[in-house]
Amino acid sequence: MPIEVNGKTYETDEEGYLANLSEWTPEIGEAMAKEEGTELTDAHWEVINFLREYYEEYQIAPAVRVLTKAIGKKLGKDKGNSKYLYELFPYGPGKQACKYAGLPKPTGCV
Amino acid sequence: MSDIKKFMYVNRKAPYGTIYAWESLEVVLIGAAFEQEVSMAFVDDGVYQILKGQDTTEIGVKNFSPTYSALGDYDVNKIYVEKESLEERGLTVDDLLDLKYEDEDDDWAEKDSIKVVTSKELAEILEQQEVVLSF
Amino acid sequence: MSTLHTINKSPFDRASLQSCLRLAADGNAILLFEDGVYGAMKGSTVAELVEKALSNKTIYVLGPDMKARGVDESKLIDGIKVVDYKGFVELTVENDKVNAWV
Repeated sequence: MPIEVNGKTYETDEEGYLANLSEWTPEIGEAMAKEEGTELTDAHWEVINFLREYYEEYQIAPAVRVLTKAIGKKLGKDKGNSKYLYELFPYGPGKQACKYAGLPKPTGCV
Repeated sequence: MSDIKKFMYVNRKAPYGTIYAWESLEVVLIGAAFEQEVSMAFVDDGVYQILKGQDTTEIGVKNFSPTYSALGDYDVNKIYVEKESLEERGLTVDDLLDLKYEDEDDDWAEKDSIKVVTSKELAEILEQQEVVLSF
Repeated sequence: MSTLHTINKSPFDRASLQSCLRLAADGNAILLFEDGVYGAMKGSTVAELVEKALSNKTIYVLGPDMKARGVDESKLIDGIKVVDYKGFVELTVENDKVNAWV
C-alpha cells in the first residue's frame, strides 16, 4: 500500500512501514500519523527522533523494553515509562513510532 | 513468561558469507526481549562476526556489526569468546568490538561484556545452560 | 596455460585454500574473496602455508570483501596484493582459465 506525500509516491510494506528508509522525510511521518488519526506533537517527535538516532547507531529499532529504558535515561524518568509512551502511541510505541520514523518494525515485535 | 531459562547462543560462522550470523543476532534480540537469561559464545569462524572496523559500503550489504553494541541494552552482557579460536586466527581481544554494558546493580558502571575463555572453561559454561542454540 | 584460482571460503571452515595451495602450479595466480579473505591475514595457523606459496605464486585479495569483514591492509601477509572489482575482472581476462575452489 504506497503512501502519497506532496504528490510523490512512496512504497510501503503490507503493514504500512516505509520500504526504503533512506526516502524518509518528516512529512512522510506526518502523513502516516494522520492516516491513523494522530496529530504529531513535539512530544511525539522527541520519541521518533530518538528512534532514528538509535537506528543510525545500532542498525536496529529497539524493543519496547529497551526503548523505555533508554528514553528514561535520555529524556528523564517522567518519560521513560510505558504509560507515557503508550499515551503518545496507543498502538504500541515500538510499532507505531517506528513506522512514523520510517524504520522497519522493531526486532522482537510480533 | 514465568519461567526464566538460561539460553546460550553459539556462533560459529563468519558474518557475510552466509546468513547464519545475522539470523542468530536477530534471534538473540528477540529472545532477550522475552526476558530470558541470554548469553552468547563466539567460537571458530564466529569470532570474525565481532571484528572491529567492518565497512560493507562496497559490497552493498547491510553492516550489522554495530548491532552487537546494542546487546548491552538488551541485558545480554555475557559474551564469551574462545581463546583457542582467536589464536588459531592470529587475533587478540584488541581486534574485537569493544562491547560494554551498564551494570544496574553497580550504579550503572560501564563494564566489558566480552570475556575470553579457554575451551575448557567454555565447556563448563555450556554444561550449565538449559538451552543451547548453535548457528 | 595460465590459471587464476579463486577461493571464497574461510580456510578454517573448509580446506579449499589448503587444497588449492597444494595443487596449483608454480606461477599461477590465486584470488581470495568473500570469506576467503580471512586466509590472507597474518599470524593465523594457515599463514605459514600462504607465505610459502608466495615464493612461486601470486596471491591477490579483494579489497571490498576485506573492508566489509574488518580486515585492515596492515593485517595482510606481506606480498599479498589488494585488488578492486576491476582488478578481479582483469585477472580473469589475463588468465587462460579460472579454477573456482568452491
